[in-house]
Amino acid sequence: MDVGRMFGEVAPPLWSGGPAPGGFYSFPGTNNKQHETKTHTMYPSTSGTSVVGLVYDGGVMLGADTLGSYGSLARFRNVERTFKVTDKAVLTCSGDIADYQFIREVIEQKVRDDEISGFTPVLNAGALHCWLTRVLYNRRSRFDPLWLECVVAGFKDDKPFLGYVDKIGTAFEAQEVASGFGMHMAIPMIREAREKKGNLTRDDARKLLVDCLKVLYYRDCRAHFKYQVADVTAEGVKIENDLNLKPDTSWSIANFVRGYE
Amino acid sequence: MSSIGTGYDLSASQFSPDGRVFQVEYAQKAVENSGTAISLRCKDGVVLAIEKIVSSKLYERGANKRIFNVDTHVGMACAGLLADARAIVNVGRIEAANYREEYGRPIPCKTLGERVSNYLHAYTLYSAVRPFGCSVMIGAHDEDGPQLYLLDPSGLCYGYSGCAIGKAKQNAKTEIEKLKLNDLTCRELVKEAAKIIYLVHDEVKDRLFEMELSWVCEESGGRHQLVPDALYKEAERYAKAALEEDSSDEDEEM
Amino acid sequence: MSLAVMGGADYMRDPRKHHFHPYADNGGTSVAIAGDDFVMIASDTRLTRGFNILSRDQGKVLGLTPKTMMASSGCWADVLTLKKVLNARLTMYSHEHHDVMSTTAVAQLLSTMLYWRRFFPYYVSNILAGIDEEGKGVVYHYDPVGHMEKLAFSATGASVAQIQPLLDNQIGALNMKDATPPTITKELARQLIHDAFVSAAERDINTGDGILIHTITKDGRTDEKVKLRRD
Repeated sequence: MDVGRMFGEVAPPLWSGGPAPGGFYSFPGTNNKQHETKTHTMYPSTSGTSVVGLVYDGGVMLGADTLGSYGSLARFRNVERTFKVTDKAVLTCSGDIADYQFIREVIEQKVRDDEISGFTPVLNAGALHCWLTRVLYNRRSRFDPLWLECVVAGFKDDKPFLGYVDKIGTAFEAQEVASGFGMHMAIPMIREAREKKGNLTRDDARKLLVDCLKVLYYRDCRAHFKYQVADVTAEGVKIENDLNLKPDTSWSIANFVRGYE
Repeated sequence: MSSIGTGYDLSASQFSPDGRVFQVEYAQKAVENSGTAISLRCKDGVVLAIEKIVSSKLYERGANKRIFNVDTHVGMACAGLLADARAIVNVGRIEAANYREEYGRPIPCKTLGERVSNYLHAYTLYSAVRPFGCSVMIGAHDEDGPQLYLLDPSGLCYGYSGCAIGKAKQNAKTEIEKLKLNDLTCRELVKEAAKIIYLVHDEVKDRLFEMELSWVCEESGGRHQLVPDALYKEAERYAKAALEEDSSDEDEEM
Repeated sequence: MSLAVMGGADYMRDPRKHHFHPYADNGGTSVAIAGDDFVMIASDTRLTRGFNILSRDQGKVLGLTPKTMMASSGCWADVLTLKKVLNARLTMYSHEHHDVMSTTAVAQLLSTMLYWRRFFPYYVSNILAGIDEEGKGVVYHYDPVGHMEKLAFSATGASVAQIQPLLDNQIGALNMKDATPPTITKELARQLIHDAFVSAAERDINTGDGILIHTITKDGRTDEKVKLRRD
């Protein structure tokens, strides 16, 4: 063991010269901050496209496909980018998949820390949304952004909550939220449905959500037919995996499209 | 105490001529003054139990807990100085989180035990620091099933199927040895653990005490948590009943 | 990147490479008018990005103290952060002094905070409105890096070019022969604010959906919501 390493840089505050947790097993050379050149994310690598979310009577629903695109290459067909944070919050992201997986691990540890320290009020969607706002804004201010558009769904003060945060920290709450292409194509569909019908039931919401994803699958060439849906109600979170749009789509009209030959 | 006045007990970084480190032994004494802590391992889980001596009636019930969560699947029970214990728990939490971050899976109990004990050991090497006046028992349910390790202030770390620390550790060990640990389930063990805690408690010296019971087993979904209220009450009843029976036996003998 | 440097044509660039901009323009317009014993501050409720409407219900006026309000718009991420930090500073002040910060002090604090980010500015247009120590209505106008000016009325944000001239004419009565500035009553101020937003919403896509009008007097605050065109 390298005794010098024990007087580590991450020493506990009580005795700052003392042995540090982790100082006993980390590889030599890790955590060596002396001559560090840093590269920042300036563009996304493997990325996911639209996320669509909407509030309905008594809950929130989210949907996203499972494609990880590498530029125009449909590289990974089964990347899940929706996860249950607590019984009161779900997070789905579009943008860089690696950044999503990173933030997911951070959040999972955060929730675990709350749990093991006996902190009882579980992290709700409002708190998660606010926290993400700060993390993403601070990363953009360091010019090292997390290339994400996050959609947070869940409950806050026993009311359905749906919020959005992007890579520079732009954040808002709304009754319908979408990222990427969905912002152009799904939002108008949901707003129109709401204007026509007023409140949406859970069945309305599900049908509308699938409609949106279907339109996106038809029109967004980075979209995919496999998708996930998360549904949050007062009872908790339900995530459905391995859903398939393909049986409900028809490409027969493609033969009649002219002008692109 | 033969060490007193010899001058070899002033620092953790100095041996006595007969090869002992007195500061470490004093730290172990601090553990022996503490309320008893026991842990039992059976085929489906680990049970941790604490006799928490309450030094004043003015304490709120449930204050100064001595069983902690370290990760979702790991629990720690300690004897000795509570403030030192909390520092150790904190180290354990950091190690557990670091392991998850690095390897993407829950930390094996053995690894956690070794890492934390390395930390404890480092505090026996330097004159500028004081060893931890605290022993901890780590109970976990990992991929190799239920695990139980005991760490002491010297930095030793051993695996056990049942162990006891604190003032009544001898009595408690004798009681644990009577149990057929491999044949019992965790649910049964909780009751046995409660019985031992009540049995070894010294009614005369320490009148007030609270019992803490936790488990990590299949029934708790592989999570470490305080046992459910109903089970706690059941175990407490069982322990008290066993105690009554015991004392009436003694009466008969007299 | 390297292709571009070497003179590669745009279409030859790696299609994956979007480039990172730390700022966004999220629209939003605010107006404030001070009267003798009141002040009125209003903003629209539309939040945009490019041609997208992110929200139709996002007020941009923040109550800082019972006597002070701030309207800010521009880069919404910066707005959120500025509001958070400013609120924290006000809380610290009130804990330290057992008193609420005066409007004049808040005004100076905001200027200082903006200037602290002189070389990586908060991309925000701010107006601060409140009742000062003498009970008079005051309006402060800021640029993104902390320049501050005390005024009787002001507009800022996306539709400043539509609204400010209207206010200059109607309240300032500038450069008109035989015209005297009117006395500012609540009715006049409210009517002007309403008209200003209606005309701005007519021409600017970044303004619309609704107006939130707040009136502060020494007795407290009233809020009013008015509809605007949503297209």
